[in-house]
Amino acid sequence: MRVVIAKPGLDGHDRGAKVIARALRDGGHDVIYTGLRKTPSDIVRIVNDEDAEVLGLSTLSGAHDSLIPKICNGLREGELGDVIVFAGGIIPDRDLELLYKSGVRAIFGPGTPTAEVLGFLEEALRRKKENVPIGVGDDLGWHWN
Amino acid sequence: MSNISELLELAKSGDRRSLSRLLTAIAESEKTPTFLPDSIWTLGVTGPPGSGKSTLIGRLAKHWVESGESVAVLALDPTSPISGGSFLADRIRMEGSDLGERVFVRSIASGNNPGGISPRIWPMCHSLALCGWTRIVIETVGTGQSEFRIAALADRLLLVDGPDRGDIIQAEKAGILELVDVIAVNKSDLPGASLAAQGIRTSLNLSEDDHREVLLVSALEGTGIEELASAIESCEPQNDRNQIIMSEMLISEWDSLLISHPEIDQIIEKLCNNSKTIGEAIDSLITSIHNGR
Repeated sequence: MRVVIAKPGLDGHDRGAKVIARALRDGGHDVIYTGLRKTPSDIVRIVNDEDAEVLGLSTLSGAHDSLIPKICNGLREGELGDVIVFAGGIIPDRDLELLYKSGVRAIFGPGTPTAEVLGFLEEALRRKKENVPIGVGDDLGWHWN
Repeated sequence: MSNISELLELAKSGDRRSLSRLLTAIAESEKTPTFLPDSIWTLGVTGPPGSGKSTLIGRLAKHWVESGESVAVLALDPTSPISGGSFLADRIRMEGSDLGERVFVRSIASGNNPGGISPRIWPMCHSLALCGWTRIVIETVGTGQSEFRIAALADRLLLVDGPDRGDIIQAEKAGILELVDVIAVNKSDLPGASLAAQGIRTSLNLSEDDHREVLLVSALEGTGIEELASAIESCEPQNDRNQIIMSEMLISEWDSLLISHPEIDQIIEKLCNNSKTIGEAIDSLITSIHNGR
């Protein structure tokens, strides 16, 4: 699948994003990494222009609760509701529900084996192929973890 | 194909979502679609990895947008999809100056095509021209033979090199120097850049009627960009370029016909266990392609 890995917000730590990008590339996916410090509208435009099927958001700054819902809304408003969104980084348990409600389908914290992220994408691909809802614009309670 | 024409109509009306979908549809289409734009302006950018092609394209894009152009970039990345990220970072910097809508960047992993060249790149460029993109840039990595082939499809060709002369010898070997219209020696802020430029000029001067420009630029500091842009504008597409483009189109279509042949794996296996010779393999491939597979 075509996957954009993005770093929203101001934190400058992208080791995690690069590890995921590498793992997904090695798993046979086309990965486009945005680099650091992207605004929500930058990210929506990149997802559009790259016609990505999946967007992975990495954030460690604590701004996930404001930035990630903004990005998800931007995707829905930009006719990108079929894009599958997952997140990673430092995201406290109390915020998980908010992000799931925004349309995020999986959240991977520190220490997640990369195989699990690939497993999520396999499931995402299966659902997509079988026309089971999974995109950020689909109204459903399902999430991977 | 109907999907493609519908998307093209929407994309022509300025719908960016449809344009993006159109490029994907072209990339995935079984038969290479044909578009015929009235006019098209394409620039191929090639050069050794790390010579600063992406950063320089970012600078040129900014310059063009400020001159009223709209810029589309097809960034081909045959080996490392991760390195494509550095270019997107440049685009974001441009977006900071509200240039975002006039710049469109698509990364293309070309690994599945022999020689890294996809016959779909041509219709992608053509459809971008039809949708009103006035500066279309094809960025390729490296200086091997295959990258030189990709670059050949543009009607202008820019070679970007760094102050380290080691790599451009490779370019010379691959025949890129013969084909390029403009040469930019990037990183002029580093020592050795002037010497590198002089070295290339000396090499070009070996033939008397060679008046191509070798320019010093610094994509990092933004110096020499205007001069480079005007050198690119003023270079006339070479007449023999059309012949090269047509030959590349033919070869890449032929390659993709071959690589997508349903019996290709069996034939390679037979070659491995010596039950077929290369000549026999070619004969049977030609026969089956001739018979409509």
